Amino acid sequence: MRSERIAAVVGVAESDLGECHGKNVLMLQAQAAKRALDDAGFAKDDVDALFTAANWAHFPPLMLAEYLGLKPKYVDSTNIGGSSFESHVAHAVIGIQAGLFDVALITYGSTNRTNRGAFHSSLTLKYEDPFGFPTPVGHYAMAAMRHMHQYGTKPEHLAEIAVATRKWAMLNEKAFMRKPITIDDVLSSPVICEPLRLLDCCLITDGGGAVVVASARAAARAKKKPVWVLGHAETVTHYSVAQMPDLTVTGARDTGRRAMAMAGVTHDDIDVVQVYDSFTITVLLTLEALGFCKPGEGGDFVSNQRTAPGGDFPLNTSGGGLSYCHPGMFGIFLIIEAVRQLRGECGQRQVPDAKIALVNGTGGTLSSTSTLVLGRD
Amino acid sequence: MDAQFPMPPLDDDSRPFWEGAARHKLMIQRCKSCERHIFYPRFICPHCYSEEVEWVEASGRGKIHSYTVVHRAPPPFQSQVPYVVGLIELEEGVRMISRIVGPREQIAIDKAVSVVFEKVNDELTLPYFRLAE
Repeated sequence: MRSERIAAVVGVAESDLGECHGKNVLMLQAQAAKRALDDAGFAKDDVDALFTAANWAHFPPLMLAEYLGLKPKYVDSTNIGGSSFESHVAHAVIGIQAGLFDVALITYGSTNRTNRGAFHSSLTLKYEDPFGFPTPVGHYAMAAMRHMHQYGTKPEHLAEIAVATRKWAMLNEKAFMRKPITIDDVLSSPVICEPLRLLDCCLITDGGGAVVVASARAAARAKKKPVWVLGHAETVTHYSVAQMPDLTVTGARDTGRRAMAMAGVTHDDIDVVQVYDSFTITVLLTLEALGFCKPGEGGDFVSNQRTAPGGDFPLNTSGGGLSYCHPGMFGIFLIIEAVRQLRGECGQRQVPDAKIALVNGTGGTLSSTSTLVLGRD
Repeated sequence: MDAQFPMPPLDDDSRPFWEGAARHKLMIQRCKSCERHIFYPRFICPHCYSEEVEWVEASGRGKIHSYTVVHRAPPPFQSQVPYVVGLIELEEGVRMISRIVGPREQIAIDKAVSVVFEKVNDELTLPYFRLAE
């Protein structure tokens, strides 16, 4: 590996998850922030940069900084959907590299389950909403339909992903859904937008998370061993699936390649993979785009529960957005799980001797991707 | 019509599209500089950044690039399920979201479609598509 040790993740935490009656997004973020700083062995005054992605206020980072009592030297509220937090980690590394700050706090919070709001129709959405096109599920359904048409992918292939992810959730006491499911359960669950069924879709839960990124200098005084950010890359390819250049290829084809090149790793070096699973099809497209298999081979790749506990491709070991939690934008939880795997903190779901993790966030409707390669010493 | 129908706000970007639909014409843009067609409408050409974009009537013919049958719909459309939303690739090379009407069992990716116009209410007519003869 040729990547420099510039910055590391030194603290991770979730807030309360699931159904959080009476909690608001600021409380959840404060709770997660405190826990992540405790995890790092850092105090409030160590934080000199603040990152968040949100749409719950006109100026979320201002309200959040005030609520957390922070006066950061650096603030970044990049919001590219669920992949925002992978980008926040990347941007924090860049800021640290530029010598602008030493410790970045990244937070997210949502009450998506107890406080479901409506999306507003305007600007470019006005060419879609009057047709009754459901967002986001309709977009992902169209990508799935196209993949099935081009490559013969079957609903059974997608169901493999839902079942394997549930098996990981059964090993995670924080997961929202822990009852075992079968391929038949997935295939007989209610149709939402053909070909996607209920169990192809992520959960809708409340919850928050926080991640602390530190310079090499600051990481040296952290309580936990550093998880280095070895590579990072982001892109945006479109907003609506109607403008997606190829419905079967996500931006991860580009960001995966760039992040792995920066880290100096190949596919064989990667021990554990966390990819955004908003829908089962998201996982299949992402594995192909990242190059773990060829275009069109995703269905075969995930067959026979290959990505489940005990399989040879450990994937989404927290139980993912499909079974663990999904408070609107899941990307921060991918990082939290990857860091815990690399630290060896995952108990019965621990991937033995995991040294290198790949994290791939996907935001919007397959619109943005942001890839991280993380590794321990 | 269901309550809260998402009426599209009219602005200078989109007015010719909606007004065209009301006259049963499918209007899209074309860049005078790079000669590529454009949809959805934009202030500048997204391919070459020329401001010389003009409105042209599309042929109304295209094919189904992808589609989904919606069984769980946003609130204003719940009484209509199941219905088919398609991603239509027009002959001019641009793609648009629309409804595909007609016998559901015959709908498939790559099949040819042509535009029809559906009056939603006094203020709005939408371009839908049906399988070509």
